[in-house]
Amino acid sequence: MSGSAVLLQFLNGLAGASSLFLVAAGLSLIFGVTRIVNFAHGSLFMLGMYLALALMPHAGFWWSVPLAALGVAVFGALIERLLLRRLYAAPELMQLLATFALVLVIKDFALWAWGPEDMLGPRAPGLDGAVRIAGERFPEYELFLIACGPLVLGALWYLLRRTRWGILVRAATQDRDMAGALGVNQHRLFSSVFALGALLAGLGGALQLPREPATLQIDLQIIADAFVVVVVGGLGSIPGAFLAALLIGEIKAFSVALGYAEFTLAAEFVVMAIVLVLRPWGLLGRAPAMLRGPAATEPPLVAPSRGALIALAAVACALLALPLATAGYTLVLLTDVVVFALFAVSLHFLMGPGGMLSFGHAAYFGLGAYGAGLLLLKAGAPMAVALLAAPLAAASAALVFGWFCVRLQGVYLAMLTLAFAQIVWSVVYQWDAFTGGSNGLIGIWPAAWLSGRAAYYYFTLATCLAAIAFMWRMLHAPFGYALRAGRDSPLRAGVIGIDVRAHQWAAFVCAGLFAGQAGALYAFSKGSISPEALAVPRSVDGLVMVLLGGLHTLTGPVWGAALFTWLQDTVSRGFDYWRAVIGAVILLLVLVLPGGLGSLLRGRRAS
Amino acid sequence: MRYLLFIVVLIAGNAVAQPIKIGELNSYKTFPAFLEPYKKGWQLALEEVNAAGGVNGRALAVVSREDGGTPGEAVRVAEELITREQVTLLVGTFASHVGLAVSNLAARRKIVFIAAEPLTDKIVWENGNRYTFRLRPSTYMQVAMLVPEAARLKKRRWAIVYPNYEYGQSATASFKQLLAAAQPGVEFVAEQAPPLGKIDAGAVVQALADARPDAIFSSLFATDLQKFVREGNLRGLFRDTTVFNLLGGEPEYLDTLKDETPEGWWVTGYPWREIDTPEHRAFLAAYRARWQDYPRLGSVVGYVAMHTAANALKKAGGTDSEKLVTALKGLRMGTPFGAIEYRALDHQSTMGAYVGRLARRGGEGVMVDWRYADGARYQPPDEAVKALRKE
Repeated sequence: MSGSAVLLQFLNGLAGASSLFLVAAGLSLIFGVTRIVNFAHGSLFMLGMYLALALMPHAGFWWSVPLAALGVAVFGALIERLLLRRLYAAPELMQLLATFALVLVIKDFALWAWGPEDMLGPRAPGLDGAVRIAGERFPEYELFLIACGPLVLGALWYLLRRTRWGILVRAATQDRDMAGALGVNQHRLFSSVFALGALLAGLGGALQLPREPATLQIDLQIIADAFVVVVVGGLGSIPGAFLAALLIGEIKAFSVALGYAEFTLAAEFVVMAIVLVLRPWGLLGRAPAMLRGPAATEPPLVAPSRGALIALAAVACALLALPLATAGYTLVLLTDVVVFALFAVSLHFLMGPGGMLSFGHAAYFGLGAYGAGLLLLKAGAPMAVALLAAPLAAASAALVFGWFCVRLQGVYLAMLTLAFAQIVWSVVYQWDAFTGGSNGLIGIWPAAWLSGRAAYYYFTLATCLAAIAFMWRMLHAPFGYALRAGRDSPLRAGVIGIDVRAHQWAAFVCAGLFAGQAGALYAFSKGSISPEALAVPRSVDGLVMVLLGGLHTLTGPVWGAALFTWLQDTVSRGFDYWRAVIGAVILLLVLVLPGGLGSLLRGRRAS
Repeated sequence: MRYLLFIVVLIAGNAVAQPIKIGELNSYKTFPAFLEPYKKGWQLALEEVNAAGGVNGRALAVVSREDGGTPGEAVRVAEELITREQVTLLVGTFASHVGLAVSNLAARRKIVFIAAEPLTDKIVWENGNRYTFRLRPSTYMQVAMLVPEAARLKKRRWAIVYPNYEYGQSATASFKQLLAAAQPGVEFVAEQAPPLGKIDAGAVVQALADARPDAIFSSLFATDLQKFVREGNLRGLFRDTTVFNLLGGEPEYLDTLKDETPEGWWVTGYPWREIDTPEHRAFLAAYRARWQDYPRLGSVVGYVAMHTAANALKKAGGTDSEKLVTALKGLRMGTPFGAIEYRALDHQSTMGAYVGRLARRGGEGVMVDWRYADGARYQPPDEAVKALRKE
C-alpha cells in the first residue's frame, strides 16, 4: 500500500467510526442508566432515516436531519412512558422482550408507510462533491461525518460532566438504587435519558442517508454493530464507545484495504471476543455496583407437585396419541414445536437457573445441525451415528466457548456468547467448500425406518422429552441447587465450598449439548441446513420463547416455544402484516403476564 | 390484506369442476421490493388463465404462503401445502438456499417444483433433480451474456467485486473462467469480497482504485450496489474504468439509483419502456391496466412462472406428478420476452435477459443500446452439464 492509500483508508475508517459512534452513544446512555437492553435502538435509527427522507422534500436536507432526530426523540419518550415504564417492576429481561416486539411492529409500520423499495438519500447540499487529499478524491461529506463524531462526544461530555442532569445520570449509571434512595426522581430521569438516546439514534440514521440507502433490513444490522461498540467500550461509558468505534472502524477499513473484505463480516465480533477475554468490563467500563437486598435473588424453583407431574404426563400421553388422529401437517408442525421446546429448555437451563444470559445460543443448535449434516454427507456416517455424535460437536464447542464466557457476568457474558456465535456463523457462511456456504447442506434425510412423518415425530418426541425431563431433573438434583446458589449469591456459594465457575461451565456444556441435539433433529426433519440455523434471529427466537414462557418457571419455556412456533405458523398465513401482529401479541402478553406463561400455572397451584 | 389471506379462488366462467390447486411460497416479507411485483405478475397470469376457461376444463386456484425467508420454515410451509392443501405442484422461492431446500423436499415428496427466482447454478446442476425446473436465467447464463462485450473491449487489467456468498462467488468464478478463455492473457489485479448487505463502500472503492484496473466486473446488487455507486461516483472510480455489473439493469435495482446512475456501465436487466415486440406490448398493456404500475423484472418472472404451471398442466392433461415432469421437459411456450423452452437436459428454461448500457434520462436510470440475449445460446456444453448433474 502506498502512503496516500494508507492515509485515505485511515480517513475511511474514521468516517465509519463516527457513524458507528452516533448510534452506539445513545444505546450506551440508555443501557447505562435504565439497564434496558434496547433491541429497538436499530429501529429508532431506521425511523430516523425514513423520517428524514419524508421531510426532505419539504424542509430540505439540513433541516430535516435535526427535525427527524427530534421526531424520533419524541417517539422514544412515548415508548418509555407508555410501555417500558410499566415493566420496570417485571423481571429485567421482559423489557428486552418488549423492545423486540417493538422491532417487529416498527418494521411493518415502515413497510406500510414507506413501501418496500430501498431509498437512496440525496447527496448533502453543499457537501456533495469531493476534495483532493494526497492526490485522491475524498468525499466532503465523509469529512463532515468525521467531525461529527468528536462533536457529539464533546457535547455529551459537557452534558454529563457539567450539568446537574449529567450528574444525576452518572450517579444512576453507577448505582441506580443509591441514586433512587437519595431522592432522584427516577421516572423523569429515565424518560429523559431514553429520549436523548432515541434522539441520537434518529440523528445517526438521518446523517447516514447520503452514504447508505434506507432499507427495512437496516434495523437489525445496526443493532448488532451498536451493541458491539457499546460493550467493547464498556457499558455506559461514552468515551469507551468512541474508542471502540474508532478501533472497529479502522480495523474494517484496513482489512478491506489489505484485500480481506470478507473478514469485515466477523471483524467486530473478533474484536469484541478479544477485548472481553482480556478486559471483562470492556475498554473503559467499570464493574457495576453489586445488587443489594432481596431483589438480587430469584424466588426458588419449586419441584413440580404431584398434580403438576400428572398433568405433564397427560400432555405427553396426548402428544403420543396424536398420530392416531392425524397423519398430516399437524405432525410436521408439532415436530418443529418439540424441537424448539428442547432448544428453549436448554437455553432456559443456562439463563434461568444458570443465571447466564445468552445471545448466541443458536451457535450450538446450528453446530448440532451442521455436525449431523457433515457427518452424514461428508463422512458418510449412518444416520444414527450422525444423530449421536452431532450433539457432542456442539458440546465441545460449548466446552471451549463456555470456559471464556463463565469468566464474565451479565450482559458482557451475553455479548461474548454472541461474539462466539457470530464468529462461527461467519465461518460457516463463507466457507463454501466445507459447509456449503450460504446455500448450506442439502439432502440430510433420515434413514428409511424413520422416513415416515409419524415415525420421525415419535422419534423426535421421545428423544426431546427424555432430554427435557433429564434437564428438569438435573435442576432439582444437588447440581441444580448448587448452580442456583451460585447465581443468587456467588460470594456465599463460594464460601460454603461450591466451585461456582465449574458449575456454570458444566451447565454451559450441558445446555450446548442439548441445543445440539435439537439442531441435529431439526436438520433431519428438514432435509437441509443453512447458516440461518446459527444466526442471530435463531438465538433471538430462543430468547423470545424462554421469556414468553417465563424465565423463573420450570415448564414455561416449553409453552413459550409452542406458542411462538404456532403463532408464526398461523399468523404468517392469515395476515399480510404478520410480523406486526406477532409483535402486538408479544406486547400484550408482556403487559398482562410479566412473569411469562409459566407463571399462570404456578399461580393456579398456589391458590 | 386480502391477497395473503388464505386462498385465492378464482373460478372462471362456468367451470364447475374442482379447481386445480397450485402451491405458491415466497419470502414476501424478506424481499418485498422484488416480490410484490412478482406477486402482481402471477396474479395477472392466474386471472388470464381462468378468464380463458382454466386448464383442462378446471379453474386454477393458487394457495399463496409466506415462506419466512429461511429454508427451515420454507420446508415446513411446503409440507403444509403438500399435505394439508393437497396442491398439485409448487411454485416460487427467491433466495438460492431456500430454493435448494424446497427443491430437495420436492424430490423427496415427488411433487413438481417450479423454482421461479433463485439464481444458483446448483439448483439445475449439482443439486438438480427430476422434479425441479427453474425459470429465471441462472448466474452462469447471465455472466456468459456479458462476457462477449467484456472480451471485445480488450481491457487487460480487471478488478472484481462481489458479495461474498454463493451467488457472488459463482458469478466471479464463471466470469474469470469465461473471460480468460475468450481473451487469453487477461489479468485479474484485485478482488474484493465484501459481506452481503454490509459493504464498506468507501474502503472498497479506494482499494479498487489503488489497483488501477482498466475494467471492473461487479455482481453487487441492492443496497451494496447503491452504496458502491455513490462512493465510486464521488471518488471518481468510474471515470477511466469500464464497469460490468450483473443484474444492474433490473428495474428493482436500477430505479433506486436515480440521478446517481453511472453512465456507460454494461449490465443485464430489463428495459421495460423500450421493448417493442407484440408479446411484450400486450403484457405491458395488461399489467398496467390491472395494476396501474409498471412491471419490474419480478413481475415478468411471476407472470411466466404461473403460465408455465398452466401450460404444463395443459400439456400433461392431468395432475399426475410424473406426467407433469414429462410435460415440463422440453415444454415450449411464449413469454413477454419471446419463446422459451424448458431444457430436457437440465430443466433450465431458456428465458434470456437484456444486455445493454446504463444511461441517465431526466433523473432516472435507463438501459440503452440493449439487445436480447436468448438464454439458449449461453449454456455450457451438454457434456459438462451431464457431468455435473447427478440424476
